Amino acid sequence: MNTKIDWAYSEKLKEHFINPRNVLEDEESYQDDGKGIVGNMKCGDEMLIVIKVDKEKGIITDCKWKTYGCASAIASTSILSEMVIGMTLEDAYNISPKDIAKELGGLPVHKVHCSVLGDKALKAAINDYYLRNGMEDKVKKDEARVVCHCMNVTGQEIEEAVLDGARSFLDIQEKTKAGTVCSSCKEEIIDLLDKYKKKHFEE
Amino acid sequence: MIPRKVYMDNNATTPLHPEVKKELIKAMDVFGNPSSMHQFGQAAKIMMREARESVASFIGCSPEEIIFTGSGSEANNTVLSILACPSKQCSFFEGGRYKKVITSVIEHPCVMETVKCLSDRDIEVKYIDVDRYGKIKIGELEQELKKGPALVSIMTANNEIGTIQDIRSISQLVHQYNSLIHTDAVQAVGKIPIDVNDLGVDFLTLSAHKIYGPKGIGALYIHRNTPFCPLIRGGHQEGGRRAGTENTLGIVGFGKAVELRKIEMPAEHKRLLKFKEKLRERLKNKIEHIYFNGHPEDSLANTLNVSFPGAEGESILLYLDLEGIAVSTGSACASGSLDPSQVLLATGIPIEYAHGSIRISMGRETTEEDIDYMIEVLPCIIKKIRSMSTVNMGSTGGVK
Repeated sequence: MNTKIDWAYSEKLKEHFINPRNVLEDEESYQDDGKGIVGNMKCGDEMLIVIKVDKEKGIITDCKWKTYGCASAIASTSILSEMVIGMTLEDAYNISPKDIAKELGGLPVHKVHCSVLGDKALKAAINDYYLRNGMEDKVKKDEARVVCHCMNVTGQEIEEAVLDGARSFLDIQEKTKAGTVCSSCKEEIIDLLDKYKKKHFEE
Repeated sequence: MIPRKVYMDNNATTPLHPEVKKELIKAMDVFGNPSSMHQFGQAAKIMMREARESVASFIGCSPEEIIFTGSGSEANNTVLSILACPSKQCSFFEGGRYKKVITSVIEHPCVMETVKCLSDRDIEVKYIDVDRYGKIKIGELEQELKKGPALVSIMTANNEIGTIQDIRSISQLVHQYNSLIHTDAVQAVGKIPIDVNDLGVDFLTLSAHKIYGPKGIGALYIHRNTPFCPLIRGGHQEGGRRAGTENTLGIVGFGKAVELRKIEMPAEHKRLLKFKEKLRERLKNKIEHIYFNGHPEDSLANTLNVSFPGAEGESILLYLDLEGIAVSTGSACASGSLDPSQVLLATGIPIEYAHGSIRISMGRETTEEDIDYMIEVLPCIIKKIRSMSTVNMGSTGGVK
């Protein structure tokens, strides 16, 4: 065996896994402006993100995290924390799992849905910041809420799938993988599907 | 510095024994088809016969009771698929006597998937539960047997947690109810003494690559009086019970591997048992919140399955790999599916314990230095992972 380690992961992912950045070490004393926690022990991933915000400029000045999960869960949160520092809240809010996967130099397909939770935790942290600062109007609840906890699919992803042509529960399953494991979110997905169909195609 | 390489994943597969390798190299020159009547063929046939005798003698049966297969999975598939044979000419059919399979919830996927497929073909399937140590519930089995004849398939030793079933008692019970018993002994053969007459089974599966032999060769013991129906048809090989030109190299390697097991197994068993005890004690002393899976005594000496709540298994596996130590995990992340080990869940442990489990499986090459290295490295890894984890295990990550 040679000394180079070959995993199913990219070099960049490995590097972040081995040397994770911005791990939240002083949870007790850390003065955060927003905090988000998402995940599900059933699927073996849970993630906490805290942010500090420059309130005048609306820019994220610090981002720390903790995660329970596999190598790609650890590395994807690590790289996300680097991406968002210095970003506006709006831009940070729009980061998708695809953006994170791209930044990591690619992810095995089956890992994208189950391990990239950072964007959801970040959205939750940004919403928390808005709520704490009387900016309820900025909170996009449905978009940020994780609907399918097995595959970590948000309302935003359901909406994108509808815009992308999904018209039935089966279409949503195919496009987002939501509802493909325990199916307990089926009703909620159908409600959202109707809502977004009306919003984009009937009004 | 050459990084240390410690292989502790011997239940997945084992390194080829150097003596087996030598035997394989010699056998590579014997290329004849054992079915050919000329000298080339006969040379191969003799070579194969000797290997078959070795394998048969290792598990206490006669050579005619062994068929070689492409893998342990094929042997298991062969036994279970007999039930689906629709032919009235088939010796197994007997007027549709065995239209039911009873198996356990902790079998290997090659049994689980085949049984699931049978249930779609009008074969009744019953799964027997296990207790917290992975021992099957004999009472439940008897209740099922009372309902009518069945083919029972219960593994001898579990690949993930190492728990050993009392196959001898299970066989007696099964025969008492005019049923048949198959045991998947892939993980047991070569690690504990296995004698088919002592166990009293009708079918038994074994595999070469788990005992320092080559990959791609398994075997199935079929008791001489047991009805049988081939899975692969179209040839007289293996007494018409498994068609296809024999994997002569694999068979020779298998034969040599069992001969070596006969010699090495007893001392190795004692050594590995001592290592396992040492691992268990030292890890328990160094790491808080640690849970050992499987039966405390009736378990393979080489196998130690351990859970670290708060630390996810794939991360543990990969950090260990960076230190040169190879293990496996029951976590979902490593399985490619979303579910953690069904075997661990069947023992009733919480799901997060299953996600945070690793299997250490030692082998003939494992040394005391390897064990000490593991004891040194693992607590640091658990500490690192827990310190990043949302599941709080205290400031030290539960490492003393």
